[in-house]
Amino acid sequence: MAQATSQSVPSITPESTTRLMTPSRRFPGLPLFILVFLLVLPGIFAPFLAPHDPIRGSLRARLKPPAWVQGGSLTHPLGTDKVGRDILSRIIYGARISLAVSLVAIVVSGVIGITLGLIAGYFGGKLDALIMRLVDISLGLPVILLALVFVAVIGPSFGTVIIVTAVLLWARYARQVRGETLSIRERDFIARARVAGASHFRIMFRYIFPNVINSLTVLATLQIGAIILLESALSFLGAGIPRPTPTWGAMIADGRELIVVAWWIAMFPGLAIMLTVLSLNLLGDWLRDYLDPKLRNV
Amino acid sequence: MTQDIGDVVLEVEDLHTYCFTRWGVVKAVDGVNFYLRQGETLGIVGESGCGKSMTALSLLRLTPQPVARIVQGRILLQGENLLDKSESEMRHIRGQRLSMILQDPQTSLNPVFTIGNQLLEAIGIHHKERHQSLMARAIHALTQVRVAAPEQRVDDYPHQMSGGMKQRVVGAIALSCEPHVIIADEPTTSLDVTIQAQYLRLLREIQEETGLAIIFITHDFGIVAKMCDRVMVMYAGRVVETGPVRAIFNHPAHPYTQALLSSVPVMEERPERLYAIEGQPPALWNLSAGCRFAPRCAYAEARCEQEYPPQFTVDDGHGANCWRLESA
Repeated sequence: MAQATSQSVPSITPESTTRLMTPSRRFPGLPLFILVFLLVLPGIFAPFLAPHDPIRGSLRARLKPPAWVQGGSLTHPLGTDKVGRDILSRIIYGARISLAVSLVAIVVSGVIGITLGLIAGYFGGKLDALIMRLVDISLGLPVILLALVFVAVIGPSFGTVIIVTAVLLWARYARQVRGETLSIRERDFIARARVAGASHFRIMFRYIFPNVINSLTVLATLQIGAIILLESALSFLGAGIPRPTPTWGAMIADGRELIVVAWWIAMFPGLAIMLTVLSLNLLGDWLRDYLDPKLRNV
Repeated sequence: MTQDIGDVVLEVEDLHTYCFTRWGVVKAVDGVNFYLRQGETLGIVGESGCGKSMTALSLLRLTPQPVARIVQGRILLQGENLLDKSESEMRHIRGQRLSMILQDPQTSLNPVFTIGNQLLEAIGIHHKERHQSLMARAIHALTQVRVAAPEQRVDDYPHQMSGGMKQRVVGAIALSCEPHVIIADEPTTSLDVTIQAQYLRLLREIQEETGLAIIFITHDFGIVAKMCDRVMVMYAGRVVETGPVRAIFNHPAHPYTQALLSSVPVMEERPERLYAIEGQPPALWNLSAGCRFAPRCAYAEARCEQEYPPQFTVDDGHGANCWRLESA
């Protein structure tokens, strides 16, 4: 008994305590692995990884089931759709669209949101009220409806998807940045910068902005998931990037009518979306805890 | 007057800074006059809320916007009126000609940058130079405030430094562009007494080396005695007494100054109760026409309530605003 306790005492090391912590505190190895192999690598190296042409199908190989189902073959590991296009290749190329849309949309909405948030938080007053009402309006807009309006007016394209996502997502950045700016601008180092003759612009971007980057990283990670979902939803509705460009959402839409006879057409892109968004959310949760200095070394 | 110190660098004439609040106009600074010579230290003393910090912020034209406004007066820095300057001209003056050391070194440094980075940033506002020459200035500034091994310390983050060290860095940032006048707003309140003494000695040494003029805002008479050449006592937004530090300590003329000095505890004695001035400073939005100290003054007469006393000369360079001095 005494021996048992003496053995258990040294075992409480930092490593063992991290293992005891809640799942979100652990390093998200699996989510990161999924992201790299499902989104990043296929997105960048699609032409080298895809076994078939994602756009041109072979009519002789229509509606082939996945390799492990009877009638399937290793030529099309995840089967083919109704015009004989390889599902795996289309998922790989679809990752490229998801990656591109989410990165561009994050940057566009981030730049707008951060700038407006800094201005609102730093200057306050009427400008703050105006920007924050815009944020409220933006957050209150019905997402899909607005997206459809945009698409109807401008026409579906990559640019439209970016505009829609940016218009819908800048508000979260603005709100977050504004909130943090409000507290940071009262700190003495901001007063010191002013005393040293720094301009408002300089104070906002050189003094306040670096202090909010941490929480923005978390927000951006979580937002990428939201953007991928939104882009898929738009593509599903036919309001996204026009066909025949392979996108995950459009693939699900294509497979919808055949779901009873050929479940694999909608299933695999659906799994890809789910795993990517889930992984992004897990990664975001972990980042939030990791970057929070209050939770560090606890 | 002691003429061995240099020319007048800063002159403030009839400065009025009012705060326009929901409850009325708060006369935070109400007709302040003073001057400052090169290489001289002027102490501004008074209790909390008497307008010391607001005076300092007015000099830099950094009063809280949009509530506070400088409504009247002139601030002459080397003969130029700062109140005529545009905002962008003011930015050139701040830090470069007129600088300020803030109260709390713990929060005066940006936690996410190294101190070298912050020094470079402050210097870079006024000097558009190459990295190496900026770095040389930064290291020079750190050497000036006696930071040991400045070449290594520039890579430190604020949380890696002690409070006293941080305050030196804040000082180095304020001094880095070689200003003519520096305003130190209670720079030692958050430091312990030993570090405080070291820091004050350091300021004096830098002043002797560079001929810097210092405005020292404090409520600690011990620091005034150690640091200042002249003292200006403020009460409810006005200067009530001004004079050389010795004169103020040896024969304070204004009852408020006398009361302030008697409330400094003497270590040799062990009184039952420490002396405190009765009552509270007046509300600054509802001031009577008379002397503002009258309600708390032991010598108050009927006249004090009605008419504000002008400044009477007590001695060479020593003046106070009190009716009792008229007869003398």
